[in-house]
Amino acid sequence: MTQQTIPFADLVVIGAGPAGMAAATEAAKAGLSVTLLDEAPAPGGQIYRGIETAGPRRLQILGPDYAEGRSLADSFRASGATYLAGALVWNIGTDRVIDYSHQGVSHQLRAGAIIAATGALERPMPIPGWTLPGVTTVGALQILLKGSGVVAEDAVLVGSGPLLWLLAAQMVDAGCPPRAVVENLPRGRTRAALPHLLRALRARSYLAKGLALMRKVKAAGVPIHRHASGLAVEGADAARALVFAVGGRTQRIETTSIALHQGVVPNQQVTRLMLADHRWDAGQHCFRPVLDAHGQTSVPGLYVAGDGAGIGGARAAALQGRLVALSITGGDPARIVRLRAALARDAAIRPFLEALYAPAPEVLAPADDTIICRCEEVTAGTIRATVDLGAPGPNQVKSMLRTGMGPCQGRVCGLAVAGIIAARKGEDPQVTDYYRIRPPLKPIPLAELAGFAPGIAAE
Amino acid sequence: MPRRIDPEGATLSFTFEGRRIEARAGDSVAAALTAAGIRDLRDSAVSGQPRGIFCMMGACFDCLVEIDGQPNRQACMIPVTEGLTVRRQRGAAEVHP
Amino acid sequence: MTSNERAADTLVVGGGLVGAALAYGLAREGERVTVLDEGDVALRASRGNFGLVWVQSKGDGLHDYARWTRHSADLWPEFAGLLEQDSGISPDYEKPGGVHFMLSESELEAKRAQIARMHNVNGAAGYGAEIIDRQQLDAMLPGLGPDVIGASWSPHDGHASPLRLLRGLHAAIAARGGRYVPDARADQVGRDGQGFFARTGKGTYRAGKIVLAAGHGNTALAPALGMTIPLRAEKGQILVTERAAPLLPMPTHVLRQTAEGTVMMGDSHEDTGYSTDSVSSVIRDIARHAVRCFPAIARLRVVRSWGAVRVLSLDGFPIYQESPGFPGAFSINCHSGVTLAGAHALALAPMIARGRLDAQVERFTARRFGHATAH
Repeated sequence: MTQQTIPFADLVVIGAGPAGMAAATEAAKAGLSVTLLDEAPAPGGQIYRGIETAGPRRLQILGPDYAEGRSLADSFRASGATYLAGALVWNIGTDRVIDYSHQGVSHQLRAGAIIAATGALERPMPIPGWTLPGVTTVGALQILLKGSGVVAEDAVLVGSGPLLWLLAAQMVDAGCPPRAVVENLPRGRTRAALPHLLRALRARSYLAKGLALMRKVKAAGVPIHRHASGLAVEGADAARALVFAVGGRTQRIETTSIALHQGVVPNQQVTRLMLADHRWDAGQHCFRPVLDAHGQTSVPGLYVAGDGAGIGGARAAALQGRLVALSITGGDPARIVRLRAALARDAAIRPFLEALYAPAPEVLAPADDTIICRCEEVTAGTIRATVDLGAPGPNQVKSMLRTGMGPCQGRVCGLAVAGIIAARKGEDPQVTDYYRIRPPLKPIPLAELAGFAPGIAAE
Repeated sequence: MPRRIDPEGATLSFTFEGRRIEARAGDSVAAALTAAGIRDLRDSAVSGQPRGIFCMMGACFDCLVEIDGQPNRQACMIPVTEGLTVRRQRGAAEVHP
Repeated sequence: MTSNERAADTLVVGGGLVGAALAYGLAREGERVTVLDEGDVALRASRGNFGLVWVQSKGDGLHDYARWTRHSADLWPEFAGLLEQDSGISPDYEKPGGVHFMLSESELEAKRAQIARMHNVNGAAGYGAEIIDRQQLDAMLPGLGPDVIGASWSPHDGHASPLRLLRGLHAAIAARGGRYVPDARADQVGRDGQGFFARTGKGTYRAGKIVLAAGHGNTALAPALGMTIPLRAEKGQILVTERAAPLLPMPTHVLRQTAEGTVMMGDSHEDTGYSTDSVSSVIRDIARHAVRCFPAIARLRVVRSWGAVRVLSLDGFPIYQESPGFPGAFSINCHSGVTLAGAHALALAPMIARGRLDAQVERFTARRFGHATAH
């Protein structure tokens, strides 16, 4: 077989959310050859999903923050960056050669630098019955709304976090208010968040928006149950009801749609694949890649921008994307200073939100018979028993129980498994660490791998 | 039953388990099935228990269906095209020598 | 010293398939064992194992190894049963026989010659492998690609889940009163007035006997106990698919379907030191070869790949060594941790319990490499 020379780009950006679009736009404007690879058919990521096609009705429901994504997408389209939609990155070699799948064929691209802008995933929220049809994430319901204008009619939103209230308010505006909001935060969270309020006032627009969302949901007459615990989904072949307790009183809401949310966490697949250093962030209750001042990981040439670097939201993601691109291109120092200041202002809300919406203790310590790994159907109790037998961490637990070996490759269960092990061993999750991520980053047909023709890197 | 908020839109159709499903242009297979009130998309390859959509963003692999004879396709990642034949994924993938 | 000095008869350094099988066997002999293991991230050949219990073609050049391998395969059914009794975990062992595909006349000729050379290794019991042609193969394993012209077949071959085997061994050791200590990499071993010791980050552990089963770690540990263990590292990569309905009725040397339904494929041999990196071109080669042998799997999706480092002696055969200068100290290495698990638990462990390696395994001494062992 003849070996092709691998095409080269100064910068490859993975992900077309706000961070990726902004980074690609900046770098292309500075004259770099830029290729952006994204798995979705259109730009926007999850936060601005459907941004190029949303009609006036959807834009009105999804609100002005969503509509902001349009200008990002327009600038990106006009930037001169090469955009490959529907491109799934499945491996990255140590030489920054990227293997990706596009329309059923695998190709390679060698990058001078890589920006992983792969965003966030919803934190696993394992409760009894969460694998039943009819139980989704809150993010999934919002994707249905953004992408297809589909709204569930009797949805019960369960958990906590800004996204939960945002979707509830959007559903009100769509004329399909949720059946109920069931918040699982323990009492005392407002008090715990208060010390961060002064700093949060620097980003007071977020505070005002959050309060407005809650008021809207309340005004629409949506029942709001706070401080719920003992959450469980009932049903045999599909979700039939949510049960929970408030103040010792058990309640039951019959519904066919239950949406869970417990905040979002960085999507670590690319940075873990590349064996970049990660650190446990106790404030965000998740791992984040260790980055230098330029957004570079411990792996030379691999940068991270956006929620994948630690949760900061869409606006911060776009700012970070610009900053990382400017670091790589050697951009105007004055502009970097301005962008950094804007990022710091934006981040002022975070400690308040992190204290208020830290995951509920119940979510971090699921009951023994709760399924944790949805793919392989492994319960919390089995994981604990295996730790008791001596399995020292997530990789040994994985090999003994198949947790994280199913098609999702640990995306959904990873943090929950690491958390359960850390708690059982009584150690810091930093010590427990995480699954080693291996290629392919998503399942790839064997036929495609067999037909793959890796080339030689031109120097 | 989920509701569509857009008054109009170009429609497409495909089949799920032999039943005709209406979709709008831009729908993923999973979105169209959800809009049609279908929640149960597969039987788990581990326990045989039913599963449906979960994350809708390609991460969880819970919405696996058989599309045009190909097993274990992610319904949330595949846009509807006219005339697709979609079936529930019943357990593990079947490939025949 | 620390409170870790709970009395043990034997310290087993290494909790992979080799160490765990020996520790389980020792515990079955009534010994109090302590197994010292590394943490979550270590080289761990056991986690990368393909899972064959494989007899054919083993021991060409050292017929004692052919016999030992066959002995282990003969012990496996009993071993699997005992393990499940003690642990409640089945290692998913099956012995439907196994085939090694031949894709060219020259491969076929070489295999014929090997079978002729080895025809009498087991005396009247025979070598137990034979050449079968494509027609016989089609009856056994429908769906092979056109490039497969024949195979060698052995009824003694089978497969097991290396991961369930390891889990079962750890559970069985605990059930038999043994102690498994993770996050306790032995940095130093030796003997003093009180017997053998191993120093770890968790403290010092002691026992009357010590078994080094630390894979590549043995090379560094063994000299303190008067042994020289020369090993080489070789990387192997493996791919595994999503679960599929049953399609492969028996294991082959490059392809097997697990009890869960996933299809594993592998058999790369890479001279890349201790690297466990996944390499795209090797992934492609493995995929291509697997599809060439068995085209139907082309539609399955690969969910994971991994690389692991084989623990190989210079000639590829096991090294079982008792220290001449430190009686009661043993160094055990092999790269077939699954195949030999039966023999390790039920034949080698009793020898170690008695304190002496039998003639059956004396050819596996490290002295065959000509290195002087101390004392």
